[in-house]
Amino acid sequence: MVVKKNLYTKRKSGRKMDEVRPITANVGIVPSADGSASFQTGKTKAIAVVRGPRTLHPQHMQNAQTGILRVSYGMMPFSVEDRIRPGPNRRSEEISKVTEWALSSVVDLSGFPNTVVDVFVQIPQADAGTRVAGINAAALALAHAGIPMREMVSAIGVGKIDKSLVVDLDKYEDSEFHDGEGSTDIPVVVTSRTKEIALLQLDGKISVDEFKECIEMAKKACDGILKVQMDALREVSGVRDQKSGGKKNG
Amino acid sequence: MEKGKRQIVVPGETIVSGNEFLPGDGAYRDGVDVVAGCYGIVNVYEKHVRVVPVSGAYYPRRGNTIIGTIVDITFNGWLIDFGGAQNAFLPVAEVPRYVNKNEMAEFLNFGESVIVKVWDVKSRGVDVSMKMRGFGKIEGGMIVSIGANKVPRVIGREGSMVKMIKDATGCSVTVGQNGKVWISGNDTDKEVVAKKIIELIADNVMADGLTDRVEKYIKGMGLKVDEGVEIVNEETDK
Repeated sequence: MVVKKNLYTKRKSGRKMDEVRPITANVGIVPSADGSASFQTGKTKAIAVVRGPRTLHPQHMQNAQTGILRVSYGMMPFSVEDRIRPGPNRRSEEISKVTEWALSSVVDLSGFPNTVVDVFVQIPQADAGTRVAGINAAALALAHAGIPMREMVSAIGVGKIDKSLVVDLDKYEDSEFHDGEGSTDIPVVVTSRTKEIALLQLDGKISVDEFKECIEMAKKACDGILKVQMDALREVSGVRDQKSGGKKNG
Repeated sequence: MEKGKRQIVVPGETIVSGNEFLPGDGAYRDGVDVVAGCYGIVNVYEKHVRVVPVSGAYYPRRGNTIIGTIVDITFNGWLIDFGGAQNAFLPVAEVPRYVNKNEMAEFLNFGESVIVKVWDVKSRGVDVSMKMRGFGKIEGGMIVSIGANKVPRVIGREGSMVKMIKDATGCSVTVGQNGKVWISGNDTDKEVVAKKIIELIADNVMADGLTDRVEKYIKGMGLKVDEGVEIVNEETDK
């Protein structure tokens, strides 16, 4: 049997295999919302807005025991090269749901029965990894909205390009590379304190050992992302004047 | 954690370690650690650890003054929307006058605004009362929404900012903790001025030297700032 050569030994973007794209995170970007944040990795950009807790209508959807979380994810028509038709589609419905499940594992809305917390995630610019960018932004926005959370979540896409394991796939690696074994991508959401996995999806083929290695790489990358998220939250305006140690106003 | 310094925590962050600490609102225990359960400022009193949210929606507390509108009339009271998670309930018994239960809309009808005091906060709703001085139905004037997080700045240190607006415009200004401000005066023009001043403050909550800026703005409008009142601005504006 001939052992085939690894066709992807050097990343097209010039990054190291475990190197993430440059990250920027901003909190409090939408003044009219209860909580908001933006999160950018490379060319992928996500904006998240949180509204609530507020009374849920229609009434039959209310849960008398706890508040519910409702996530809506959407890509803007101009976010990719070909225009995408605005409005919900199969893919956005799926991502809305998985984001909702990932975030539900850390938010605690039991103190607000019969209410809903709405999270709106929009992608103004996409270069793969939009769902993880969306989750990172949504976690920031939820924290900014003062929603009770046991811990934060950070998300990253990992994967395998031909025979190489990589972190933070871009559009080329995710969907344009088809040589050799092709590409596999695994979005992972890791919680900040317990380091548990809140979301795991897999698209492609990968061996169990490689998969385990990918998860370790994801956890390591998420630690870095968490740091950016925490810095963004600490920096946000509104906290500054209390920080100086002055007596609280009013 | 340094003593006396305000520490900002992110959910999941360890605030203090030790079994002697007691987690309060916004904090929970994980082993020996007391962990932040929401984003905010740490408040440690004795061994009681709390996290006070600094942003987000308005959460009512007992004793708060809130401004809201009537959204429903039930057989024994009114439901008031004040911008919180749930509506507030104002029972007939908490109204300072006799109300005929068959004609409750005579006293407070749909869409009318009220100033009420938060009497009790439960997870299922808020009970309010208007049985004290200064509370009641809002008639005339205008209501400005600024957002609950900006309320401390509009009030100012020991009410200095509100007092300045009141003195300059001659309007009565009532700030609800839920981020709604009721302005009422004899002259609509003065009310508009007061509204503009409040919006200026709300747009610049983070600015340094806000008191001076507001003072300048008021003078620019051709109004007087009462110099006799000592406005403490050093602390507020840091």
